Amino acid sequence: MRLICPICGARDRREFYYQGAAVALERPVPEADAEVWDNYLHLRKNLPGDLEELWSHDAGCGAWLRVTRNTVTHEIKAVVLAAESGRGTS
Amino acid sequence: MRVEGKGLIDRDRPLSFQFDGHSYRGFEGDTLASALLANDQRLVARSFKYHRPRGILTAGSEEPNALVTIGSGANQDPNVRATVQEIYEGLEAHSQNAWPSLSWDILSVNDLAAPFLSAGFYYKTFMWPRAFWEKLYEPFIRRAAGLGALSGQANPARYEKAFAFCDLLVIGAGPTGLMAALTAAKAGADVILADEDAVLGGQLNSDLREIGGKPAQIWAAETAAELARMNNVRLMPRTTITGVYDDGVYGGLERVSHHLTKPSNALPKETFWRIASRQAILASGALERPIAFRNNDRPGIMTAGAIRTYLNRFGVSPGKSVTLFANNDEAHLTAVDLIAAGVHVAAVVDVRPSAEALGAYRLIPNAQIVDTSGRSGLEAITIRTASGEQRIFTDCLGMSGGWNPTLHLTCHMNGRPVWNDEVVAFLPSDGAVPGLHTGGACAGVFSTAACLKHGVEVAGSALEALDLKAKDTVSPQAEDDPYRIMSYWAVPGKGRAWLDFQNDVTVKDVRQAAAENFRSVEHMKRYTTQGMATDQGKSSNVAALALLADATGRAIPDTGTTTFRPPFSPVALAALGAGAEDKGFAPERKTTSHAASLSKGAPMIEAGLWYRPSYFPASGETNWRQSCDREVGLVRKTVGICDVSTLGKIDIQGPDAARLLDLVYANTFSSLKPGKVRYGLILREDGHVMDDGTTARLGAEHFVMTTTTAAAGQVMRHLEFVSQAIHPEWDVRIMSVTEQWAQFAVAGPKSPELLNGLVDNPINNETWPFMCCGPVMVHGVSGRLFRISFSGEHAYELAVPARFGDSLFRVLVARAEALGGGAYGMEALNVLRIEKGFITHSEIDGRVTAFDVGMDRMISDRKDCIGKRMAAREGLKDPDRPRLVGLKPVGIVKQLTAGAHIFCAGKEATRENSEGYITSVCFSPSLGHFIGLGFVKRGPERLGEQMQMVDHVRSIRAEVALCDPVFLDPEGGRARG
Amino acid sequence: MRFNGFQIIKQGLTGNRGWQVHWRDPAPKDEYDIIVIGGGGHGLATAHYLSSVHGLTNVAVLEKGYLGGGNVGRNTTIVRANYMLPGNSEFYSHSLKLWEGLEEDLNYNVMHSQRGIINLFHNDGQRDAFARRGNAMVNQGDDAILLDTAGVREVLPYLNYDQTRFPIYGGLYHKRGGTARHDAVAWGFARAASGRGVDLIQNCEVTGVDIEAGKVAGVQTTRGAIKAKKIGMVVAGRSSQLAEMAGFRLPIESHVLQAFVTEGLKPCIDHVITYGMGHFYISQSDKGGLVFGGDLDMYSSYASRGNLPLVEHVAEAAVTLMPMISKAKMLRSWGGIMDMTPDGSFIMDKTHIEGLYVNCGWCYGGFKATPASGHCFAHLMATDTPHPAAEKHRLDRFVTGRHIMDEETTGAQHNLH
Repeated sequence: MRLICPICGARDRREFYYQGAAVALERPVPEADAEVWDNYLHLRKNLPGDLEELWSHDAGCGAWLRVTRNTVTHEIKAVVLAAESGRGTS
Repeated sequence: MRVEGKGLIDRDRPLSFQFDGHSYRGFEGDTLASALLANDQRLVARSFKYHRPRGILTAGSEEPNALVTIGSGANQDPNVRATVQEIYEGLEAHSQNAWPSLSWDILSVNDLAAPFLSAGFYYKTFMWPRAFWEKLYEPFIRRAAGLGALSGQANPARYEKAFAFCDLLVIGAGPTGLMAALTAAKAGADVILADEDAVLGGQLNSDLREIGGKPAQIWAAETAAELARMNNVRLMPRTTITGVYDDGVYGGLERVSHHLTKPSNALPKETFWRIASRQAILASGALERPIAFRNNDRPGIMTAGAIRTYLNRFGVSPGKSVTLFANNDEAHLTAVDLIAAGVHVAAVVDVRPSAEALGAYRLIPNAQIVDTSGRSGLEAITIRTASGEQRIFTDCLGMSGGWNPTLHLTCHMNGRPVWNDEVVAFLPSDGAVPGLHTGGACAGVFSTAACLKHGVEVAGSALEALDLKAKDTVSPQAEDDPYRIMSYWAVPGKGRAWLDFQNDVTVKDVRQAAAENFRSVEHMKRYTTQGMATDQGKSSNVAALALLADATGRAIPDTGTTTFRPPFSPVALAALGAGAEDKGFAPERKTTSHAASLSKGAPMIEAGLWYRPSYFPASGETNWRQSCDREVGLVRKTVGICDVSTLGKIDIQGPDAARLLDLVYANTFSSLKPGKVRYGLILREDGHVMDDGTTARLGAEHFVMTTTTAAAGQVMRHLEFVSQAIHPEWDVRIMSVTEQWAQFAVAGPKSPELLNGLVDNPINNETWPFMCCGPVMVHGVSGRLFRISFSGEHAYELAVPARFGDSLFRVLVARAEALGGGAYGMEALNVLRIEKGFITHSEIDGRVTAFDVGMDRMISDRKDCIGKRMAAREGLKDPDRPRLVGLKPVGIVKQLTAGAHIFCAGKEATRENSEGYITSVCFSPSLGHFIGLGFVKRGPERLGEQMQMVDHVRSIRAEVALCDPVFLDPEGGRARG
Repeated sequence: MRFNGFQIIKQGLTGNRGWQVHWRDPAPKDEYDIIVIGGGGHGLATAHYLSSVHGLTNVAVLEKGYLGGGNVGRNTTIVRANYMLPGNSEFYSHSLKLWEGLEEDLNYNVMHSQRGIINLFHNDGQRDAFARRGNAMVNQGDDAILLDTAGVREVLPYLNYDQTRFPIYGGLYHKRGGTARHDAVAWGFARAASGRGVDLIQNCEVTGVDIEAGKVAGVQTTRGAIKAKKIGMVVAGRSSQLAEMAGFRLPIESHVLQAFVTEGLKPCIDHVITYGMGHFYISQSDKGGLVFGGDLDMYSSYASRGNLPLVEHVAEAAVTLMPMISKAKMLRSWGGIMDMTPDGSFIMDKTHIEGLYVNCGWCYGGFKATPASGHCFAHLMATDTPHPAAEKHRLDRFVTGRHIMDEETTGAQHNLH
């Protein structure tokens, strides 16, 4: 598996750290109720198909990446910097 | 027997080798299989279950039978395919799974008991009495099972791993692969051509017909030579592409020196390649399948194509009087070539009523083989025709049930092959692997002319994807015979007809599985073990599937297939794990004081990837406790030096640096004044403690955070996440500077004395009060000094650029020794912090909260922080949670142990009664007894309570009292003073 | 038909023609009292205990593929009860006791082999953590022995003690731990349940869950609609998809875990061994293959296959820990889809929909749980109250903060458990 880091180019998967669904970009306000926080931290749509997710180019430039990847085929459809991605869903 | 004048072997280079202690002769270019056949050695192995005699079945890596052990002692290499192993002078091979000898194998009695060893018999018995499974049945089964044996010793050979990158990977160098590589290379693509064989050419090396007016073997050699001359082509013979992975990554195993008598030390045994290719072509050919009939497993019975390969490539005839049994025309070519070479062909038995002879041999159409005889090797076959049964004497039988495209790699990403009635085989499904094109026999294209043409075509498709333009290439003239085949899998009749020759799976087993309702192909496989041997059913799966379809009344496509998974052929762990032997498993991180610590005799212990000194033995000390107690005393009474560089150091700068820290830490850092240091607690978003440490504010927009050694990477990534993903709008930059700074604790009442004179600045309580920091000059070197303490003593940490670390450590230790102090190691560090009740990851093990460690008040009410919301959940604030306390022994037993559980006095030590556990213990030289830290339910409310500590696994019980976790100087006056 | 040695002989003497089907292949009925969705190990075990313990036989198990085709057929076959935290301790202890009587219960040889498990540790901190675990095991009434280096060397003389990156400080020896023949577990439960009248329906994929007024009414399947009063979802790897059909989300992320087997070899490893520094575990099957595994590939996946970095990592752990197996050849690698939860422990509970129960989130530890999972889930479905051994594994525990972080302590990130 290879990812194209927008800063460094195509690199082997072993340079990257995986965090999970890009829902992590949507941190709720502290006052939000328990359900919102449960959704943010625990509950996942987790269906086969395209997933918006977060990777970090840990052994490279350190950039956090928002990756669109298919969880059935592993096809990577888009990689953008998390810092520039705006906020997202899923 | 050897046939004169044939083959690609070098008859000028005879070689001698041994099999089971007997010496044999072969030639360079022989495989062990061809050399054994040349010496008329037909019996080479025993089968797995019935220990039936086994001969060589194939001439390639799909071989299920002829597995041998190569070498001896530590070099012993089990389960090597004789059909792949090239011989060299002095090669030593042994048969496997036979005792006392290959020809007299005691466990061949299993064959007589076969009626009681039918498919899955072991699931139905060996259940009584219960204890007998581990004691009797299982040990017996285990000893009988298995094939070759490992030596039990470390592997002395060297292996390597490597990466390669290319535009186009061509897998297989037969007619299709050679043409494809040539076409792509001429178009300018960067090409790798890999083939598992030592000689490129694939099936062409077994064929006597012509390509472009030249013998096929010559054409293949010339084409390979042409490719070798091109700068944009890398040829990788002896390289098996083992697996297909995401995004064009292929695994490849190169057998670098298995064929050499005395390989140079520079050569590894094998290299495992990770090949990243933009496009790939699979031109892996096809594998011939046997036909199932009664006793079709005797030595001397092999595939028809293998006979042709042994004859044309190796100049060997596997028999003196050969018969063939086929359902297709291709097999007849073996008879044609044998006759041309002067070998007697007794008969060609063809199941097809319409079969026609392609040469001057006795063809028996519309006939089947119904039995064979010959105890340790084939002697005769019995055939059945419309007019009855007859016996034919023969010492070698070639079977051909047709050809299965070698499509395994197309299944590695879950692609499912598609059944094709025309070629009576599965073909690769389209697009099974992105960027992988299939060509030639692998795609069901069987004649040489069609393969050559297909090679050009698939190269064109790959080039198009690479945005390269193919030059006009015309494939040369070659045979274009039709592939005439009739679907035929097994001869009906009594007795056992083998499918999986290694695992002894017969047609009966498949039928029995179906009768017991193991109708799914996966059930049949798992119940009968069909296809689970070392060849993964390469030559038997499709026939077994066809018979299952028949037994269950379904068509083959409706029956489905099992899945081919990586690796294509087995790969030694040594190759996949190359470089990790001994200490290569993980990087070794050494501090700048490493050499100085070693020179002082310190045993170095692992701390994550780092090495740190355990203690510094003084003369006369004979165990670690003596050194540790002394070192603790140094710090408490004079001054000690400890390298703390392994702690994570993160430089944080920018206008929003303080905001970032306020969000990341539970407590507030924006209020910290420049020149000051503060202790902080970092929570995970789920409300549990991630890490702790101090952060110094060096300037208005400049902080240096320290983390624990263990969590340095995690915290760094966390900071990057918060700043890039949660608050990208903040103007803050983060950099790990752990390696850039060497940092040493200077701890003890004499620490100011040590520092004065070393650093240019005057150091005293007024200029450098507790928890203050700033720049200092150390003998002209810019450094940083922090007044912080992990020992509870008046202490500092002095940091200098790492290149000065070694000399500073030596200077510090010398100055400390002059003051009656010295270096201290991890053991003393641990005692010092336990005496002060400071937590480490022994306490904050990922399950504990700020509440548990008594720091819940640090979570600021006035701001948000990571983890704040979730730390407020009821379960994380439950007063019944085990919370941090100190423990000390109060009974006869004075020892405490970490990992022990705590119980109320007089209660039985059960799960229900467990009140908590101990996380850290030490003998406190300052207090003169053991002390410990631990977590006890409502612990802080129960100080003074006497409880019992039970350590079942160390057989220690002690009466303990709960106490404040700060054992020494609870007011903290020593650190401030 | 009882299975025993006499039956083997009797059938052998009559050409093995008298064997009967292991399970029936019934057509689905219109309605059942209970539907268990998922014909893997846990679903089949649930069916077995519903019928054998609770006498409920108007039960169907719906399987979209073949019985035992999920993770019960693709794991590293380890059976152990070496958990530490309340909740898990009693559950896995219960499971191991069921394993110890499983062959008699099922009349099927699942080859449960109590050959012992040794968890190696490599520094003082790990030793103390394993001591805490071992003490918890003994507190629970199970077995644990803390070995020092010499003690490990006596049992496993072939490990690398001298030239290795992370020296072996000792090991936690759990003698009642071991392995079992994974497929046989599924088949044994299936045969027993089918024999009691449970309908095992293969090639029957659930495509919808019918809910009426907050209660389950039945399921839609590729073989038609089937009504039921109670439905249990036991579909590790596909739990989120089933939950979606019922209109809710689970605290689960799906990840791929690879496993590996070598070619058959004469016996060389008699125990199950885990390597504390490499997330590596290994045992040798009765057929002779070395069966081993490692960590997750770490990215969400429904692909049942993995990538090279993890393959290489487990091989690296193998060669540094036990140099004697480095000439063993990897024969096959495969992947399973794991339900990863935010605390690494499973979920077994009712849902907010009356009559709908979930059994999921086994991370990569489901195989050893198979009997107790079935036993406790059957209890929950039959009685509507949690079995005492599984009462802490609530669906809402992430809202309440009552996590069970037993083996990995990494918090809410699903893949880190």
